[in-house]
Amino acid sequence: MLGPRTLFAKVFDAHTILTRDDGQALLYVDLHLCHEGSFHAFNALRAAGRKVRRPDRTIGVADHYAPTDARSTAAIGNDEIRGIIETFRTNMRANALRHFDLDDPRQGIVHVVGPEQGLTRPGMLIVCGDSHTSTHGALGALAFGIGASEVAHVLATQALWQARPKVMRVELSGLLAPPVTAKDAALALIARKIGTGGAAGHAIEFVGEAVSAMSVEQRLTLCNMAIEAGARCGMVAPDATTRAYLAERGVAWQAAWDALVTDDSATFDAGTALDVSELPPMITWGTSPEEAAPVNEGVPQPDATRDPAAARRSLDYMGLAAGTPFADVTVDRVFIGSCTNSRIEDLRAAAAVLRGRKARVSAMVSPGSTGVKRQAEREGLDRLFIEAGFAWRESGCSLCVAMNGDVAAPGERVASTSNRNFPGRQGRLARTHLMSPASAAAAAITGRLADVREFA
Amino acid sequence: MPDPLVQVSGKAVPLALANVDTDQIIPARFLKRPRDARYATYAFHDLRFDEHGAPRPDFVLNDPRFAGVPIMVADRNFGVGSSREAAVYALAALGISCVIAESFGDIFFSNALKNFLLPVRLPPETVGELRALAEAGVPMTVDLERQVVRAGNREHPFTIPAFARTCLLEGLDEIGITEKHLPEIEAFEAATGRA
Repeated sequence: MLGPRTLFAKVFDAHTILTRDDGQALLYVDLHLCHEGSFHAFNALRAAGRKVRRPDRTIGVADHYAPTDARSTAAIGNDEIRGIIETFRTNMRANALRHFDLDDPRQGIVHVVGPEQGLTRPGMLIVCGDSHTSTHGALGALAFGIGASEVAHVLATQALWQARPKVMRVELSGLLAPPVTAKDAALALIARKIGTGGAAGHAIEFVGEAVSAMSVEQRLTLCNMAIEAGARCGMVAPDATTRAYLAERGVAWQAAWDALVTDDSATFDAGTALDVSELPPMITWGTSPEEAAPVNEGVPQPDATRDPAAARRSLDYMGLAAGTPFADVTVDRVFIGSCTNSRIEDLRAAAAVLRGRKARVSAMVSPGSTGVKRQAEREGLDRLFIEAGFAWRESGCSLCVAMNGDVAAPGERVASTSNRNFPGRQGRLARTHLMSPASAAAAAITGRLADVREFA
Repeated sequence: MPDPLVQVSGKAVPLALANVDTDQIIPARFLKRPRDARYATYAFHDLRFDEHGAPRPDFVLNDPRFAGVPIMVADRNFGVGSSREAAVYALAALGISCVIAESFGDIFFSNALKNFLLPVRLPPETVGELRALAEAGVPMTVDLERQVVRAGNREHPFTIPAFARTCLLEGLDEIGITEKHLPEIEAFEAATGRA
C-alpha cells in the first residue's frame, strides 16, 4: 500500500512503466513538444533507421529561430536560419507530426503555446528539448527539459529513463504586493535562498499563500524559473484557478485531477520558505540569476554575495561598480518577451506603466504567441506599446536566446524580461539585467534601471 | 554501437570557474550548425577568442600545455542552463572525454553520459586538489571500471549511475535496450488508456 505522497511522487509513479534494479525508472511520456533545435535528434533517428513510435504524442512549433519581423521563411535573409526552420518543417512532415508553422495562428514559444492551446494538462508527463520545459508544471504536470539524445529516445520509444529526483518544498508565504510579480519572487528565491545550483537533482513543489493567490500565468513564470535554481522541474498543485484556466481553453476538469495534491503527512527531501509580502521588485546585477538584488538596494559589494570571486568577475563583465544605485545605471535597450514573461498579463502590466509615456531607449515586445499578440491587439495594448515607441514584433524566443537574428551589440545593456543573464546570452559581450515586464517598462521610460513602484 | 569508455588517462586542463553555463561552452549562434569538426572551434568560443577571432592568451584552453588533453577539471555547477546537447559535442570535439567537477547541471550530466563523455562528481576539496595537479601538468587516470580517479599517488572514489556505467563500459545503445521493453511499454499504454 502506498503511503502519503507528494504531488510530484503521484505523477512520477503514475508514469512509471518499470523500475530497474539501479533505481532508474522507465517513464511514459504523454506529450513531447519540439522545436527547430530537434534536428540533431531527427538526424540520429534517421541514422539508426528508427521511426517515430507515437506521432500522435509529439507536437512541434517553430520558436527558437522564428523571425520576429516576418512570418515566412522566404523573408529570412540568413541562409542558416532559414535552413533550420525548413529542416524543422521537413522533419515534422516526413514523420507526420502535428506542428504549428510560422504562419499558424497557434504558433508561439513552445512553453507559451502548450498551456495556451490546452495541450498542457494536470498530471501529464511532458518533455521537450529545452530546459524551460519546467514551465508546464504550473498546471500540475511533471515537465522537464531533455537533451537531443533523450529527444531521439522519446521519439523512438515514447518513454524515457530517469533517476527519481528528490523533492523540495518551496513555500512563498504572504501575498505579493503589486506591481511585484512572480518574476520578482523567483529571482528573490534564487538569490536569497536556493542559488543557481541549489535545487539540482530536485523537483520543486511551490506552495503557500502567494502561490495560491497567483494566476496560472504567474505560476507559469515561477515554474519557468525553477530551472534557474537548478531544479529538474517546478510544480504547482492544480486548483480552482487551474480549473478555470483550463475551462477557458475548452478542457473539462477530470475527477482524477482532484487527487493531484501533496498528502498531508507526505515528507519532502528539502525545503525553503520566503515571505514575499514585503518583497520589492528584483533586478539582476550580474551574470547569473542568483546575482539579483532588490531594486532599492542596487549593486552589492562582492564580499556580501554568495560567491565573491564570481561577483567580481560578473561586475567586470557587466561594467558596474559595487555600491552603484540601480537608478544610476543607464540601459541601451529593453526587451519584453520570452517563455518567462510574454503572456497577456505580462503585456498588460508593461502597457499599464507605458500608458501616456515614451521610451527613451530602443525597445521591443515579442508576444509569447501569435494568440497573445492577437489578444493584445484586441485590447489595444499594441497601441500603447507603439505609442510609447516600442517595436511591436511577432512571436518567438527572440532576444532571450538571440538565435533568430535579434541580438544585442557588444557592451549593450539590456533590461530584459527573459530568464538568463549569462555572459553573451543576448549577444556577444551584451549585458543583461533580468526583471519583470513592469520593471522593464519602467526602464524603457527612464532609460535606467528603475523602481516600477514609482510608476504604478 | 558507440565505442566503450573504460578509462581516460592523460593530462588535464584546470578550469577554475564556477557556474560555467552551456551558453559559455557553446554560444547560441553556433547551434544551427550540423555536428562536425568545427565544433572544436565553437567550444568556449567567446572565452577563447576575442572579438577579432584572436586567441586570448590568458584563457587556460589557449595554454599550449593543455592542448588536446582528454580531461577537464572544472569547479561547481558545470554545465548549468540550457539543455543544448551541443555543449557536449563541443567538449568532445575539443578532445575532452571526462569532466571532473563538484557538481553539474542535471541535463548536462545526462547529455554527457549519453554521448560517452564521463562527468565525474567529487567533493570540493578533491576537485581543488586535482585542479592544482592539472595546473602542474601531473597526468591522471579516470578509471570507470573501478570508479576511481588516480592522480599523484592518491585515489579518489566516485560513482556513476549503475546502468549508465554499464552502457559506457560496454558501448551499449540505450534506445536499443529500451526497445527490448516495448512489450511493457505497450502493456502500459493498454492498461492506462493510452494505446
